[in-house]
Amino acid sequence: MSTQAGVVAPPASLARRFVKAVEDCLIVTGRNLRHFVRQPQLLIFSTIQPIMFVLLFAFVFGGAIGSSLPPGVEYVDFLLPGIFIQAAAFRSTQTAVGLAEDLDRGVIDRFRAMPIARPAVLIGRTAADLLRNVFVTLLMTAVGYIIGFRFRTGVLDAAAAICVVLAFGFALSWIFTYVGLRVRGAEAAQSAGFVAIFPLVFASSVFVPVSTMPAGLEQFASVSPVTVSVDAARALSIGGEVAEPLLQSMAWVLAILLIFVPLCVRRYRRMG
Amino acid sequence: MAETTSTAARVQGIVKRFGTTEALSGVDLEVAEGSVVGLLGPNGAGKTTLVRVLATLLRPDEGRAEVFGLDVIRDAGAVRELIGLTGQFAAVDELLSGRENLRMFGRLFRLSRRGAAVRADELLERFDLATAADRQVKTYSGGMRRRLDLASSLITRPRILFLDEPTTGLDPRSRNEIWSVVRELVGEGMTLLLTTQYLEEADQLADRIAVIDHGRVIAEGTGDELKDRVGASMVEVRLEEPDELGRAREALRGLSCEEHQEAEQPGQIVLATSGDDGVGMVAAAARALDSAGIAVRDLSLRRPSLDDVFLELTGSATADGAEAADTSDAGRSAAGDGGEAPEREPAEAGR
Repeated sequence: MSTQAGVVAPPASLARRFVKAVEDCLIVTGRNLRHFVRQPQLLIFSTIQPIMFVLLFAFVFGGAIGSSLPPGVEYVDFLLPGIFIQAAAFRSTQTAVGLAEDLDRGVIDRFRAMPIARPAVLIGRTAADLLRNVFVTLLMTAVGYIIGFRFRTGVLDAAAAICVVLAFGFALSWIFTYVGLRVRGAEAAQSAGFVAIFPLVFASSVFVPVSTMPAGLEQFASVSPVTVSVDAARALSIGGEVAEPLLQSMAWVLAILLIFVPLCVRRYRRMG
Repeated sequence: MAETTSTAARVQGIVKRFGTTEALSGVDLEVAEGSVVGLLGPNGAGKTTLVRVLATLLRPDEGRAEVFGLDVIRDAGAVRELIGLTGQFAAVDELLSGRENLRMFGRLFRLSRRGAAVRADELLERFDLATAADRQVKTYSGGMRRRLDLASSLITRPRILFLDEPTTGLDPRSRNEIWSVVRELVGEGMTLLLTTQYLEEADQLADRIAVIDHGRVIAEGTGDELKDRVGASMVEVRLEEPDELGRAREALRGLSCEEHQEAEQPGQIVLATSGDDGVGMVAAAARALDSAGIAVRDLSLRRPSLDDVFLELTGSATADGAEAADTSDAGRSAAGDGGEAPEREPAEAGR
């Protein structure tokens, strides 16, 4: 910067503005990542929770549910991709909480009164949550390996499975970005998140095959974005039909992003 | 810098509704470049709403708001380059340190990494936060937070600074610190729009004061002009026996001052003094009451508060005061000759 500190040069070209927008996103992402590190209790609990689910479901239900699985499939192998998705779904509600907290504290007002690329605050939020998902998912994989989970496919398939989980979590983050922008207060955001996520996660193939459910529920569960994402991640982890659930999952992710990103940006612009 | 007469902020007929409540009902206001305007009003008067409109945070339903000729809706991006905003609730990041906050805001204001670091250090030094620079903001006191918030608004040396209730909730020492910082900024020629609930604060810091109530500017002027409407100061008389109110009024009638409309307690008379003769008035009132043999519980000289300016300007107190007087036995005649007629004028002039 050739000008003196404290004197702003207006942005020149479109390209410059784009670079500035990317920088803004990175700065806000960095700020949110710092928040994770500064609130270790949050990170610890959001990590312990999925680990707890892995252990509880694997050992408590493993024996009973194992018999309804296809022959030759271990419950822990069946369960873990589901738990990845379940954990990502629950964590996505934190996007709403983080945003609601920022709104309460007035930090967002300051951002909004500054010459910052408009979507930077929202992208910074969801990008940081995505990076957190990477960390937590890898950690859960490690815990899974300790209790006997194995990727039964190749490295690329395993990486693709993780990517399905991350894409799913990222899409949900945008839904909860919208919730965070609409709901006043972090606690309200948290409750709203759980009300939406609980039925979706349990009425799905996360814990049990949907074929074991009553007919109406099975119909709902088999088209749910949770189920198709779990099925895709599961097939990529332990083998099975990949193409169909993967396409369905990607369709859901795209649809959610196409609807909610513009909604969020619009809401953010017009907020007051 | 001192001679410029251009307009830094102009608000015309701004209306803002939240659901069925009208927060702003047609506000007009002008802030000249280099001046300090105090927006004075009670909670819920619309002060914060107006600042939020000017700071591009809120779209008005009607009217126009401009900052240096730029429309706050159409040219919001350009407006944001020129303004600084310090909100009522310190808008700084609690989990970051003071230094990290300033560096982050600096980077977002397009300073280079190094430029942001230098500017952060300058501001930390200036706002007396250098020793606490690397502590998380959540460990800061209220005054430190407010100073950091102010520093965050000054990263780019804005051309106009909006200060929304900068001292609300602060202890007197922190308040004085904020005041001295604000005075320094004013000394450097910063244009300021300041909202406050305290007449004293507006009086201390602002060149001009706009009084806002129910979403409308009801009066504008210098602190002295506003206070002159109420009287420089007031003599408050509280009688031992509320029943003697009529006699007391009779005894005080000879003094060259008017009865202020406000009398919220039985047995109380408030006299508006017209000049600097407050102390003399106290003595005169004491003599008059004494010679009439009326027992006085309390006799004091009081500076006008925002309440007084308010009651005077809104006129709503005229009705209340008259009612209160009517219900007391001896009130009727006093309200008729002393209190009512002169009070109407300022209320209308304010409109």
